[in-house]
Amino acid sequence: MASSDRTVLQFSSSSSSSQSISAKVHPLVIFNICDCYVRRPDQADRVIGTLLGSVLPDGTVDIRNSYAVPHNESIEQVALDIEYHHNMLISHQKVNPKEIIVGWYSTGLGVTGGSALIHEFYSREVQNPIHLTVDTGFTNGGGTIKAYVSNNLSLGERQIAAQFQEIPLDLRMVEAERIGFDMLKATAVDKIPSDLEGMEASMQHLLVLIDDIYKYVDDVVEGRVAPDNKIGRFISDAVGSLPKVSPRVFDKLVNDSLQDHLLLLYLSSITRTQLSLAEKLNTAAQIL
Amino acid sequence: MSDGASSRCRALLMGSGEVLGQKPLPLAPALGFLPPPNSIADSSFVRSIQNMATTTTRSFLQVAATEEAAPPLRVVQIEGLVILKIIKHCKDHSPSLVTGQLLGLDVGSVLEVTNCFPFPMREEDEEIEADGANYQLEMMRCLREVNVDNNTVGWYQSTLLGSFQTVELIETFMNYQENIRRCVCIIYDPSRSDQGVLALKALKLSDSFMELYRSNNFTGEKLREKNLSWVDIFEEIPIKVSNSALISAFMTELEPDTPVTQCDYDRLQLSTSSLMERNTEFLIECMDDLSLEEQKFQFYYRSLSRQQAQQQAWLQKRRAENMARKAAGEEPLPEEDPSNPVFKPLPEPSRLESFLITNQISNYCNQINGVSGQSFNRLYLMKALHED
Repeated sequence: MASSDRTVLQFSSSSSSSQSISAKVHPLVIFNICDCYVRRPDQADRVIGTLLGSVLPDGTVDIRNSYAVPHNESIEQVALDIEYHHNMLISHQKVNPKEIIVGWYSTGLGVTGGSALIHEFYSREVQNPIHLTVDTGFTNGGGTIKAYVSNNLSLGERQIAAQFQEIPLDLRMVEAERIGFDMLKATAVDKIPSDLEGMEASMQHLLVLIDDIYKYVDDVVEGRVAPDNKIGRFISDAVGSLPKVSPRVFDKLVNDSLQDHLLLLYLSSITRTQLSLAEKLNTAAQIL
Repeated sequence: MSDGASSRCRALLMGSGEVLGQKPLPLAPALGFLPPPNSIADSSFVRSIQNMATTTTRSFLQVAATEEAAPPLRVVQIEGLVILKIIKHCKDHSPSLVTGQLLGLDVGSVLEVTNCFPFPMREEDEEIEADGANYQLEMMRCLREVNVDNNTVGWYQSTLLGSFQTVELIETFMNYQENIRRCVCIIYDPSRSDQGVLALKALKLSDSFMELYRSNNFTGEKLREKNLSWVDIFEEIPIKVSNSALISAFMTELEPDTPVTQCDYDRLQLSTSSLMERNTEFLIECMDDLSLEEQKFQFYYRSLSRQQAQQQAWLQKRRAENMARKAAGEEPLPEEDPSNPVFKPLPEPSRLESFLITNQISNYCNQINGVSGQSFNRLYLMKALHED
């Protein structure tokens, strides 16, 4: 093993806990990167930019914001507009001082040659930066999003290479779910759903889910599907989470809240009526 | 952009610095919320941008000015990116209220909002205000460098339960309107988004109201003449959401496998009492304000009728006097005396404030209706579930 030899070929990881690092991406970052890519200059193959965010107490890097940085790339060298990068950073920190540089992103699949140089630059800005790659070209049929940290591979005292190590990336985007994927997925949505329309959609979701469970339970009972204990446990948990209240108490509970809401509704309607009445009276008084 | 251009920006900004000092700061709004930041800095900033435009692309502007008959604004088309940015900014700083600038393109009857950037929190300091204008210029310059549209098309702001109808909003709007022909204000309500609602609204002032506001004449007579009621102050413009094909592809790729999303959870959340409570509280506050306004009017009418009575009395006295003088063969005195304080016209209180309050009240009522409608659904759903 290399580590047991005398001339040691080893990773000098800049932070010992690099194994446990993981990253979380805010959907805004993906949107921003895509937008920048769509708006990239004529001859550019990829866009790169700075990632802003914070390191959570448990070591997860929370990537919350990003901005593109103009750059020039040839086979031999990479020129990054450092002044632009700094100006933008200052501007962003004016709005949200808590967001610091956590790394950088680039479009394309995986790590490419120039990346090491850029990564080195960002290493000077922040310790152990994260490199996020977003495959906007859909090279292997899917939009691959990956995050890396870099380890220096050194032979004795001499650094010979940098190794990019992939880290787990959490792409579950609660923020996007809040808005609704329907809104963000389609290229054009004509209307933002109102309160009740959204409610209707959710109810339909729920109904479909309940139907699914019914079907599953029926199938299991009639022996068409092999029972799965895990699912059974989930179902019993779900049923068990319904609080046990006597029908009378429950009815009272429901009716009370219904009445509360009805009262509020009544109040608000009466207010509205009052308002329109006042307006009519106002105009009438002026005509007189 | 080159250095020369940026130094020109700076020079122009200093020129417009006088404008910063001239106007008084907007007063704090009635309900104690923060005024929309930078309403003044904005205008001067926009002006400076326009100055810049006039020096560089005069011919283009002239061309633009010749085709005045623009179709009315029908739809605001927002990119998903902008929605996410707005939500993030508003949520991060909630409960304090924040604003930012919208960038985009004005295409016929559609206003496309393709990007935006947040404003830093406002501080009551002259120097920092100038700094804020600087920040905007810098941000616009930077965004242009990465090929983002950098036409200002309006601004966005967060609100608390829809309490945005203030004089400040109107003032900011007028400031923007002076410089950009078509602008829009997007309002986002972070407190309502916990209910699984995307509480996003695009507003503009109606043309007839703007005309009236410019003349600053909100007497009952004028309003009747224009046939303007409180409903007509703000116009809500329907919002369309658009995404680039690339983003659409990514989102389809990243959509979670679970059939239930966060917004479903949020919508089915059974407890809405805190929201209702606050809504009602605000409603009550507004009612108080409205009754205060009403008192002002009552006072005005009372003093008006008193004045009229005094005028009548004075006239009768003068007539009697004249009769006596006539009998005595003297010249009659004129029947009008403008120097008499009785004839001084009383200023009629502006109706703007009460209009705005009425707007807010109706807004709260709508919200209460919406929320209770949702709650009914939930309650019946729960009942049905329980009975099963």
